[in-house]
Amino acid sequence: MGRFAVFDPPPGMSRAEQERFEQTWSAPKGLIGKLRTINNIPIAQRYMITAFMFFLFGGVMGLLMRIQLGTPENTFLDAETYNQLFTMHGTTMMFLFVIPFIEAIANYVMPLLLGTRDLPFPRLTALSYWTYVLGGIFLYSSFLFGAAPDGGWFAYVPLTNREYSPAINMDWWDIGLSVAEVAAMGAAAELIVAILRTRAPGMSLNRMPVFVWAMLITAFMIIFAFTPLIVGTAMLELDRKGLTSWFVPEAGGEPLLWQHLFWVFGHPEVYIMFIPAVGIVSHLVQVFARRPLVAYPLVILALLATGFISFGLWVHHMFTTGLSPTAMGFFAAASTIIAIPTGIQMFSWIGTLWTGRPVWRTPLLFVIGFLVIFTLGGVTGVMVGSVPFDLQAHDSYFIVAHFHYVLIGGVVFPLVGGLYYWLPKITGRMTSERLGRWNFWMMFVFFNVAFFPMHVSGILGMPRRVYTYAGGTPLDTLNMISTIGAVGFALGVLLFVVNVLWSLKNGEEAGDDPWQADTLEWSQSSPPPQAQFPALPVVRSRHPLWEQDSLEPEDPKLKRQLDDFDWKPIGWRGTLIVTVQDARPLAIAQIPGPSIWPFIMSIAFVFLFAGALLDSAALAGIGGVATLIALFGWFWPDDAGRQALADFPEHDEDPDRLPLAVAGPISSGFWGTLVFLTIMATALLTLVASYYYVGEGPSPWWPAFTPDNAWTAAAVLLLAVLAAGAMFMGVRRIQRDATPALGAPLAVAFAATVATVPLLWRAWSGSGLAAATDAHASAVLFLICFQILLHLVLAAMLGAGLAWALFAAGDRRGRGVAWNAALVAWFVAPAWLISAFTIYLSPELW
Amino acid sequence: MTEHAPARLHGCWPAAMALACSGCARQGNFLRPSGEGAELIAMLTWATIVLSAVVSIVVIVLTAYAVLHRKEDVRDWTEEKDRPVIRWIVIGGAVVPGVLLLVLFVATMLTLAGLAPMRASGPLAIELTGRQWWWQVRYVNDSLPQLRFESANEIHIPIGVRVPVRLTSVDVIHSFWVPELQGKIDLIPGRTTHTWLHAERPGVYQAKCAEYCGLQHTRMELLVIAHAPDEFEAWLAHASGPAVATSAGEPGLRVFLDAGCGLCHSIRGTPARAGIAPDLTHVGARLELAAGTVPNTRGHMAGWIANPQALKRGARMPRMRLTPEELHVLVDYLQRLE
Repeated sequence: MGRFAVFDPPPGMSRAEQERFEQTWSAPKGLIGKLRTINNIPIAQRYMITAFMFFLFGGVMGLLMRIQLGTPENTFLDAETYNQLFTMHGTTMMFLFVIPFIEAIANYVMPLLLGTRDLPFPRLTALSYWTYVLGGIFLYSSFLFGAAPDGGWFAYVPLTNREYSPAINMDWWDIGLSVAEVAAMGAAAELIVAILRTRAPGMSLNRMPVFVWAMLITAFMIIFAFTPLIVGTAMLELDRKGLTSWFVPEAGGEPLLWQHLFWVFGHPEVYIMFIPAVGIVSHLVQVFARRPLVAYPLVILALLATGFISFGLWVHHMFTTGLSPTAMGFFAAASTIIAIPTGIQMFSWIGTLWTGRPVWRTPLLFVIGFLVIFTLGGVTGVMVGSVPFDLQAHDSYFIVAHFHYVLIGGVVFPLVGGLYYWLPKITGRMTSERLGRWNFWMMFVFFNVAFFPMHVSGILGMPRRVYTYAGGTPLDTLNMISTIGAVGFALGVLLFVVNVLWSLKNGEEAGDDPWQADTLEWSQSSPPPQAQFPALPVVRSRHPLWEQDSLEPEDPKLKRQLDDFDWKPIGWRGTLIVTVQDARPLAIAQIPGPSIWPFIMSIAFVFLFAGALLDSAALAGIGGVATLIALFGWFWPDDAGRQALADFPEHDEDPDRLPLAVAGPISSGFWGTLVFLTIMATALLTLVASYYYVGEGPSPWWPAFTPDNAWTAAAVLLLAVLAAGAMFMGVRRIQRDATPALGAPLAVAFAATVATVPLLWRAWSGSGLAAATDAHASAVLFLICFQILLHLVLAAMLGAGLAWALFAAGDRRGRGVAWNAALVAWFVAPAWLISAFTIYLSPELW
Repeated sequence: MTEHAPARLHGCWPAAMALACSGCARQGNFLRPSGEGAELIAMLTWATIVLSAVVSIVVIVLTAYAVLHRKEDVRDWTEEKDRPVIRWIVIGGAVVPGVLLLVLFVATMLTLAGLAPMRASGPLAIELTGRQWWWQVRYVNDSLPQLRFESANEIHIPIGVRVPVRLTSVDVIHSFWVPELQGKIDLIPGRTTHTWLHAERPGVYQAKCAEYCGLQHTRMELLVIAHAPDEFEAWLAHASGPAVATSAGEPGLRVFLDAGCGLCHSIRGTPARAGIAPDLTHVGARLELAAGTVPNTRGHMAGWIANPQALKRGARMPRMRLTPEELHVLVDYLQRLE
């Protein structure tokens, strides 16, 4: 099997055993089987195709708009249609194409790059995909009703609130967006745990491929950026339903709060797309320059710096809102300084190509195209970071030109280059070089024809989002050129599709490693086997395929540890857990097998969306109940888990044998819970900041504080601390006792948590505040409801733990549930301390 | 109001009209500024364009050389050999851009200081209110409270002065942009924002809404008309006064009032005093109708009144059911309100 003997079945392994191992990892067949599939490779392939379809839809919308603008005073599209098209073009490209497409590529290549067998939460992968595809269809179905969203992809209030957009269009947008949010969050949690915990032994942090670093940073950014968006869209939807008044000026609400929440997502979003793209570029540069990347540590530092700085420059989307000079100075500095980490990377790529020996294949062409186009988009980005220039360029066609240079040049070109690079691995066939070159030149030339003139249109005063313009000016010619370029660019994209389809039948066999590349995915067959790595590779270099003679373990202890992974385990899906920094083997984890429940849960979500859209309690109720049922089915213990417990008994005599990761810090669930809590902490921070941002409104801040309410708040705090304390006891028992008795601490914590829910609700209902007409009251309502949500999640986890303790006290899996519940309990109490301080005490200190 | 003031205005109007008509055809260009604000920004812009061009060319040339120049064999690569390359990466990627960005930052802050709203000079100020989809313009004089009057979709300013503009909105967010005079500033409900307008020479400058504000965002333009100081005084004296024809005997005014136009519009000096649609006191003197949708001619005005939705779908103006004679008399009257 290829040139690395490590992956051949061990001598003496019977054919039947080999087949049983392969069977363990194979995706189920048949129609129902397809719905049950959770393996990352088939899911990622569906993801890619779906996202690419949305790219084509978004492109068609762009073409329609370009036809409308090709000639002045054109009546090809009317105002409504045009407004719907630019809203959906932006929404599609951002939420339904780029982010999902990057997730798709990452889902596909990440386990291969890491030298592991699947992602740690494969059912979450499946849920993300199904939610994304059904949600995308849900959003697009608005076209059938002629009610496509029309408030812009940025959905500024008050234009999008109930008063100025009374129709259902923007509800469709707001609810449909939750799709992208669910999928992105799922992918983020997945990738963080995968990258930190499931690398090949020896792949220490400083040996991780650049794309792995890029996705790790991106995944964290998704958490910190998408959470404010989720909070913001929830606020907008409840405002639209007339339940709250966050953004209503008459109620003390702040339209600008929406802009802050949207752009604190929206600007990092740009880098969420850009960082994976440049991660791909770094791979392509070193493979096609035939040498390692120059200054790898600087490039990683640059990626980290980009991630950090990207959260400090969202306000540059708001320079025209009349900010103070200090604020403008700060955000102008941050917006331009981000050019430095990008400059470091640019020069690292140039330096690598300079000292390397470029191999002229299609992926390299796309890298060169990227370098040229992105440089232009980058310098115009520095220009618009300079506030006075932005005051002129903002919302003009100059900006349209700028961000298409950044997003097409900086993201789409690397993605297409990356596809040309990884497609042979995915399909097993080479694409045509000839078609590839045509594809590149068409896209490169016509991209510039389409978008360069837009810089000039903007300087000549053409604003964005206009459906037509007066004739008799230079704009006529410029727009016509742009339209011609757009058509040519579309043909270029079409050539890509043709090339891929052609290669499936006629392409040359790719073999394992058609590019002589350096990373682990190329050690496997193309397409890879279902288990991906039947035996685990060992990494001793940043470029294992270039610098290692073998991927086999050299250290005898490591060899013994990895014996358990040599075409094993059989009957359940086992994967290696390593230490975060040095990737030393730590444990073996059982990852779940095929399941229909992720699919059913995504259907339940669609019912929830539809219920929210149509104000139908019945639909939402069906969706809610189905979600609960799906959760039960999802987590119901299965045979594979039992078998894993039997194969790895708790007290093994062999000291070199790795333990089974079921509970506590060595388990993936523990890390997944930490990611969940990071999301919740970000949400809480967003809510507290929003609380202080909205004005006082008709009712001053103080009325939330009544003696009765203060006692309620204190009682909730006391109960939350009690639950946290009980779980502290529980965790100590898990750590100390051979057979820990968890019933008592779990029961106490469960009872205390359940009791807080009605109390919290009383804290709201007893305050006498009216959220519908008072922005401050809306903020109080959100903080309390957020806390209730946390308590419900905690109660569910504690309940599950209690069920384990009562019905299967000896089963180690129950300890994992208890551990994870403890983490949540330790978060919930301080969270309420912060919220209660904000609501009841901080106004007094003001 | 003196007898000959309208005549004087008439005298200068053809010139203004001529400017406007070429103005319809001439495209705004923020790199060809006509006022101090746009000039400051244009200077900065030229500097950044030159800088950007140089940086882009250098990077592209380096990239081209990197991939095209002849190479020795690279198989004997060592980390030692990368040292000088890394030095160039730090210089090219961090040091040089750092210095350039610092210079740019200083230029940015200096320009920003030049654009500060507090540099406006009164006492005449303009209060601009955004509405879907037109501009409500109010002229106020901070030292002369009795001078306060309203107009729509046209802003008249004297040249050579930084006229303060205070902006807000009553519905959604809009943005005010006069490319040849000044950068954008948003109109936000519940807030007041500030900028100023300064023109160096008389002329008609196109302005528009730059923030997407709903269905007819495209059709939300206005004109800034700059006058020489004495001409501006004459204009002000006339424009602040009541309409030229206010007698109850005017047949056109009767149609106006009977049809209910006065429920939304106002004509100063007549019973029509409502303030939710454009003030029509001097509508006959305006250059355009429906916020830049069409030139203000008899035909367009008749068409607009008879069927506003055909011209600008979604506009808040309802269709007026008038007989042809009524329409004729009404347009006749409104066109006379100069």
